[in-house]
Amino acid sequence: MEYVANKDNIAKRIAGIFKSGDVVNLGIGLPTLVVNHLPPGVEIILQSENGLMGLGPAPAKGSENWDMVNAGGAPITVMPGGCFFDSATSFGIIRGGHVDYTVLGVLEVDQDGNLANYKVPGKMVPGMGGAMDLTIGARVVIAATLHFEPSGASRLKRHCKLPLTAAREVNLVVTDVGMFEVMGGRFRLRECFAPYTPEWIQEQTDADILIDTDVRMVDLAGVL
Amino acid sequence: MIAKPILTPQEAAAKVQEGDVLMSGGFMGCGAAHTLIQALKAQGTRGLTLISTDTAMHDFKTGNVTGIGHLVQDKAFVKIIASHIGLNQETQRQMNTGETEVELVPQGTLAERIRAGGAGLGGFLTPTGLGTEVEEGKQVIVVNDRPYLLELPLRATVAFVKAKLADAAGNLVYAGTARNFNPMMATAADLVIAEVEEIVEIGALDPNQVHTPSIFVDFLVRAERLDM
Repeated sequence: MEYVANKDNIAKRIAGIFKSGDVVNLGIGLPTLVVNHLPPGVEIILQSENGLMGLGPAPAKGSENWDMVNAGGAPITVMPGGCFFDSATSFGIIRGGHVDYTVLGVLEVDQDGNLANYKVPGKMVPGMGGAMDLTIGARVVIAATLHFEPSGASRLKRHCKLPLTAAREVNLVVTDVGMFEVMGGRFRLRECFAPYTPEWIQEQTDADILIDTDVRMVDLAGVL
Repeated sequence: MIAKPILTPQEAAAKVQEGDVLMSGGFMGCGAAHTLIQALKAQGTRGLTLISTDTAMHDFKTGNVTGIGHLVQDKAFVKIIASHIGLNQETQRQMNTGETEVELVPQGTLAERIRAGGAGLGGFLTPTGLGTEVEEGKQVIVVNDRPYLLELPLRATVAFVKAKLADAAGNLVYAGTARNFNPMMATAADLVIAEVEEIVEIGALDPNQVHTPSIFVDFLVRAERLDM
């Protein structure tokens, strides 16, 4: 079976997890794609760690207000009913358990729920930003990642080798081949995305994958 | 209420001396005191320690430098305490070569350490960083069967904060996400210089709308540039 990387499928599946009223923080990069795929009628409250609740869509070109940016520094709008606050309050919201879901990109995620995404020693050291607080504080931590690195190795590992952003905090991993729950030191395959098969995923992933007895076969092609 | 002195950017920059610890508000340049940063760049002060959530941008490919990144480029800092330096390649370069000491702090912990520094606290307990490199060298304290890291307060000699609006007494109002670290930094430095876009008369601000009380602010400076 040939693997074709598909970031949109990751975003589509994650968008389907939320229900109206959920408070969600989306990390920079792949996780921001999630808003493009929210089912009609589902209204989530986006929290941005730089001090905003009720993050809206990007403004039209020419009407940017540079006093309103997201955590990536890009101009944004605020939804009616939204509000601003300082960074201490923002992280009080985050650590205090008031954020339902955080979605983060990863460099490595392992079967014990460890996640590494802030440092490749000697090479790339962007810093953890708000990721350590988000993974500690959010009710559910979702790791969003392409299943494979460019080298072909799976990003799902037995043990993270890179410095950890979060120790045993990841609950769900959504890749472009399936959705996994971190449970009892294993990745439990809950959903398998077409055209892949559970056995193929197990074969191609260098980690302990438990195929759930009622694993769902999901075709995301028809999902908006 | 007594009016605060309004300084020129040059007069304000002259308050910063070699060896000082500088807090700079802003998040990727949004809410940073760009006029003060440029005045300090022109003054050429070196040997500073920076406390800022990030070091704005420096892209080697495009040569684009923003915000506090201008001072990093001039090697103004011997030490940088920040949560994210991912969009400043020069900060990363200086860290990797050892030219500048960089202490990476989780963003929520950084905000709270500054808050603690301004609020007279000896530190605080947070679960953030447990089981990671952040834990190294720190005391773990168990409260109600849950472990926490003891994080210590941060203070500075000088803080550069940026607000949208001030009254002449120094009460500050921020706009949008430009608030970020500014309110905490305004409480945690020996000398607080606020760069503002507009100064109104004492009594013209609704007291209900003030974000930073005037007593935290020592000097006002009019913003001359708003670009990142």
